[in-house]
Amino acid sequence: MPETEWPLWEVFVRGKRGLNHVHVGSLHAADDEMAVRHARDVYTRRNEGVSIWVVRSTDVTASSPDEKDPMFAPSGDKVYRHPTFYAIPDDVPHM
Amino acid sequence: MTTLQEQFDATVAHSDRIEPRDWMPEGYRKTLVRQIAQHAHSEIIGMQPEGNWLTRAPSLRRKAILLAKVQDEAGHGLYLYSACETLGVSRLELTEMLLAGAQKYSSIFNYPTLSYADVGTIGWLVDGAAICNQVPLCRTSYGPYGRAMVRICKEESFHQRQGYELLTTMMRGTDEQRAMVQESVDRFWWPALMMFGPPDADSPNTVQSMEWGIKRNTNDDLRQRFVDMSVPQAEALGVTLPDPALRWNDERGHHDFGEPDWEEFMAVVKGNGPCNAQRIAHRRRAHDDGAWVREAALAFAERSAEESRA
Ligand SMILES: [Fe+2]
Ligand SMILES: [Fe+2]
Repeated sequence: MPETEWPLWEVFVRGKRGLNHVHVGSLHAADDEMAVRHARDVYTRRNEGVSIWVVRSTDVTASSPDEKDPMFAPSGDKVYRHPTFYAIPDDVPHM
Repeated sequence: MTTLQEQFDATVAHSDRIEPRDWMPEGYRKTLVRQIAQHAHSEIIGMQPEGNWLTRAPSLRRKAILLAKVQDEAGHGLYLYSACETLGVSRLELTEMLLAGAQKYSSIFNYPTLSYADVGTIGWLVDGAAICNQVPLCRTSYGPYGRAMVRICKEESFHQRQGYELLTTMMRGTDEQRAMVQESVDRFWWPALMMFGPPDADSPNTVQSMEWGIKRNTNDDLRQRFVDMSVPQAEALGVTLPDPALRWNDERGHHDFGEPDWEEFMAVVKGNGPCNAQRIAHRRRAHDDGAWVREAALAFAERSAEESRA
């Protein structure tokens, strides 16, 4: 019988309190509990995190096959969403 | 409308990163799979020569350090396998290619560790050479590979320093201990130089790899950098590097050094080094002996999932 691999999990680590969980890589595990344990050993051997999330790679839905597709293009012409769009006189404080 | 190839070329030309879901030329993907897999396998096989001394480390402190170091190397292998899997190969395929000899690992790990001083020499020279290779790879064009390299480089400095500290401790010891260090350096110096790969003239893939931004420096560049870094370290340690041609060249601003034995290098790469067969046999045994654990864990996970559904 050909060997079946343990499923692949994506690992997210919160570096310290006050930060978001950030994707750090992936690993194989038989179930979610083992995935967390493995993530602890593989990705946080030196206090790199205070919290770990794991999610099955097959459960991740991506915006599109291509990372730089038109889905993100519209924000390019909405410059008024950025603070630098607005001219404020130099002598106005705290802005 | 730009073509996919043009988009890819533009991304690489801007030193931007290629990410897993991007279109990429088939040759780029193949080169990456080969290089990242070889790199991952090296970390995994690289645990063996040092693991050889785990049970015979001279103190609890040295044993704890060596254990942590070897565990790091396992971690490095896993970061790199993870990066490689984003290119559409599975871990099992990679393991099978290693065991079948279809993918290589660094030739340095086919040399034996004959004395405890080798643990120090490997940390100093082998991890030192790895650092030279790996620091520029943090800026490699493939995102997951670069990110894995960043994590690895953060950990390598501990590896090199513990090795160098081990050697300095032995050099402050007895004449016999100093002789042990020198003998170990004599054995590892040339194989460490070979870790950078064949001379540029015999490395036909380098040009394409550099155009793709996978590699950032040529083999000979990195080898020179390593020699220049190692000479003052050897002096501070009080050992002699076993190369009569080694001397400072004022004109070049670099050290001149002798030619490694490339015939020996090719023989080791082709499988005829002192430990090739032993390394693969050990890896195969570990893989086969672990099969029942992998199966049992999977069966347990499936049953638990069924029970929680019921
Ligand atoms: Fe490593
Ligand atoms: Fe290392």
